[in-house]
Amino acid sequence: MTAYDAIFWFFSLALLLCGVLVLISPNAVASGLYLVLSFFFLAGLYVLLQAFFLALIQVLVYAGAIMVLFLFVVMLLDFQESRRWWHGNLLGLVGAPLAVAALATALLPVLKQSGALAAIPEQWFEGTLENVMTPVFTRYLLPVEIIALILLAATIGVVVLGRKEKQP
Amino acid sequence: MLTNGHLVWLILFAPLLAAGAIMLGTRRLPRVSAALSIGAVVLGFALSLKLFVAVLQGQAVVAPSVVWLDLAGWQLVWAATVDRLSALMLLVVTGVGATIHVYSLGYMRGDAGFARFFGCLSLFMFSMLGIVLAANFIQMFIFWELVGVSSYLLIGFWFERPSAAEAGKKAFIVNRIGDFGFLLGILLVGSVAGTFNFAELAARWPTLGLSAGTLALAAGLIFCGAVGKSAQFPLHVWLPDAMEGPTPVSALIHAATMVAAGVYMLCRVAWLLAASPEIMQLIAWTGGVTALMAASIAITQRDIKRILAYSTLSQLGYMVMAVGLGATTEAMFHLTTHAFFKALLFLGAGSVIIALHHEQDIFKMGGLAKKMPVTFATFLIGTLALGGIWPLAGFYSKDAILLAEMDVNRPLLVLSLITAGLTGFYMARALIVAFLGKARDAKAAGHAHESPLVVTLPLVLLAVMAVIAGWHEEIPHFLKPDFHEHDHGAGVLLGFLAIPLAGFALAWLLYGRGAIDDVKLRRALGPLYTLLENKFYVDEFYLFLVNSVQGGLAAVCEGFDFVFVRGLSIGSAAGLTRLAGWCVRQLQGGYLRFYLLFTILGIAAVLIWVGR
Amino acid sequence: MMHVGLIHYLAVSGALFALGLACIVLRRNALLVFMGLEMNLNAANLALVAFSRYGGHADGQVLATFIIAIAAAEVAIGLAIIVALFRQRSTVVTDLLRSLRG
Repeated sequence: MTAYDAIFWFFSLALLLCGVLVLISPNAVASGLYLVLSFFFLAGLYVLLQAFFLALIQVLVYAGAIMVLFLFVVMLLDFQESRRWWHGNLLGLVGAPLAVAALATALLPVLKQSGALAAIPEQWFEGTLENVMTPVFTRYLLPVEIIALILLAATIGVVVLGRKEKQP
Repeated sequence: MLTNGHLVWLILFAPLLAAGAIMLGTRRLPRVSAALSIGAVVLGFALSLKLFVAVLQGQAVVAPSVVWLDLAGWQLVWAATVDRLSALMLLVVTGVGATIHVYSLGYMRGDAGFARFFGCLSLFMFSMLGIVLAANFIQMFIFWELVGVSSYLLIGFWFERPSAAEAGKKAFIVNRIGDFGFLLGILLVGSVAGTFNFAELAARWPTLGLSAGTLALAAGLIFCGAVGKSAQFPLHVWLPDAMEGPTPVSALIHAATMVAAGVYMLCRVAWLLAASPEIMQLIAWTGGVTALMAASIAITQRDIKRILAYSTLSQLGYMVMAVGLGATTEAMFHLTTHAFFKALLFLGAGSVIIALHHEQDIFKMGGLAKKMPVTFATFLIGTLALGGIWPLAGFYSKDAILLAEMDVNRPLLVLSLITAGLTGFYMARALIVAFLGKARDAKAAGHAHESPLVVTLPLVLLAVMAVIAGWHEEIPHFLKPDFHEHDHGAGVLLGFLAIPLAGFALAWLLYGRGAIDDVKLRRALGPLYTLLENKFYVDEFYLFLVNSVQGGLAAVCEGFDFVFVRGLSIGSAAGLTRLAGWCVRQLQGGYLRFYLLFTILGIAAVLIWVGR
Repeated sequence: MMHVGLIHYLAVSGALFALGLACIVLRRNALLVFMGLEMNLNAANLALVAFSRYGGHADGQVLATFIIAIAAAEVAIGLAIIVALFRQRSTVVTDLLRSLRG
């Protein structure tokens, strides 16, 4: 077992543990904090995959900006569930594993058939800033512009949604 | 540059624009609405006159046409027919229409629905002109129905009156029976010949080599449309009830133009009818029987508008009969003159009705001649014209039909002559009772006075037309340049003249001099009088027919429904549906998370199915 | 024990996705449902980055970048909707918001 393997297992298990804690903590603030933590571990996995740029974004944007927004709203609403999540939730408890099993059944054959799992890579991709961003601003320029528009639309949408309704 | 062809469309669409503007914009402005409506029809009249002159000079008028439907195998072209027939009809429709529009200014003064009235009137003008100009069966049918709609709107114009609303409904439903046959006929003709265009059909129809049965079926079904629209027996029952509408409407729609549309249509497709001699016989006899029956009913009626309505039925019977005898030119001649004098009579009746504050019973009138001289004079002219007295228009046109009849069908001639006598009698009766003698009902007739100029001017104009329209037989010569009357000598003509005069004389004896008492006469005639007064019980018969047949049918349906539909099939189907519904309803429980769960399961199912 | 390869990353991604799904289906708090959605997105991102690394293409990481950008927009809108919802109905418990019930 190499050091690489050890680090992978550490990050993976920590990530999944955080995920489980998100699921089961009764307090929404705790769930949010566990989610932030899980994103840090995910960033670690990205580093292992040599996706340095993405790891950076994950920490800065996801854990830093998006999740702060989340926690902010959670605390703003300060809402406590009156019932435990598993109470009277038979259909959910059966349905969730069923859904996972169904998706797995659907996807596994595709992975096996494509041979992606067995093949040894001919070349490794280095996720440096230059390597990732060059295609973004050349080949994928149009999608980038569209995403910029979507972000603008979202900004306007939030402003509209956040306005207090005028009394008629 | 506007050619005559463009003007054709202007004539057609000006009333539609007026109707649209009135209905959408100026309903609150009665004066503007009336001006728009009258402007449209006067413009139409002026342009029709221009077209008429152009056609008279032999110019070919071709209106620009638009391909409307372009299907594999056949085309439907939106086009206009401008020939001698439609040019004459345009002139009659817009001319009579224009006078009646002006007259309505006076008649409808102060009515709450003044603007709506003119809007409906313009809509009617549009529809009627559409029928006149139609170049194919589909176009004609569309306008045919539009005319029905506007007639319905105008009969039920005073819809707050239950009888008016009922009459509108009756007219619509009875017309529907005829129109259904008409539509079937159109589809039959179209499917057999592969075109709906009149000109193409006329050329193609004789060359198709169809069996006699098919020819008779097509002609008979097309005739159905005319039976409904022109109120021929047995679908005549709607026209007398249509008198519930305002009097200008009765004059324009239910006397001069719309009811004549059936006759016009028959003349337009005369080649189709002529292909089946049996149907021609049927048409002739239908017309003859209608003429006689309506004239005999008219004798006993007391409501002035109903007398005129039955007389309209009777005259339409003459025209249909003429078509059935192949004398389309004579039919159109009579249609034209009839439009003038019948509109005149209706407007005169309307003038009396206004003066008497909506009293329509002639036996409550009397002595109006001195109080309303212009109305009396014009009504007299109308009466003489309708009776067929020389030298008024009715004499020429009616005699043209009678003379044509003399050659081909003597039994019908007898029928027509009796009708002519009856016509003279009932018109003289109405005239004498309403206008001469003393005022029978002091409250109603005592305070009558002459109507304003806006009412009397149209009367005078129409009276002039009722006098001169027949002279020199200009109209039939226009329609058919080589027209010549069937000549049977002056003796026959004098005989024809004597019969209505006898009717007049009899009426004078009965009602004018009071030689025979009306009450005594009624007692003497007994059941016959009752039969006539109740219009041969046709309405009652229809009511019985509808009630018994419909009731019986409904009872059978009810039984079937109870045992098979509600019991066996619904019982089981409903149970199954309810069960399935319960299962599916669980998917829509309103729980967001389950919506998501089912979405994911659905996606997985699709993926599994795709990746098989 | 075999060395870490593509399949390990995919397994972690799958497990994370399953946890996100469970969060969506099991939790009644709209915010937690939303967090589950974020976990799903991140699971997808992990798979994409892993494919990119082992496949030698930039595309996977480019797509992951886009997903993060879209996720930012989605979170902003989603949270605004939840806040508006809370203002209207004073609750974010999805089970109580059942006006769509059939």
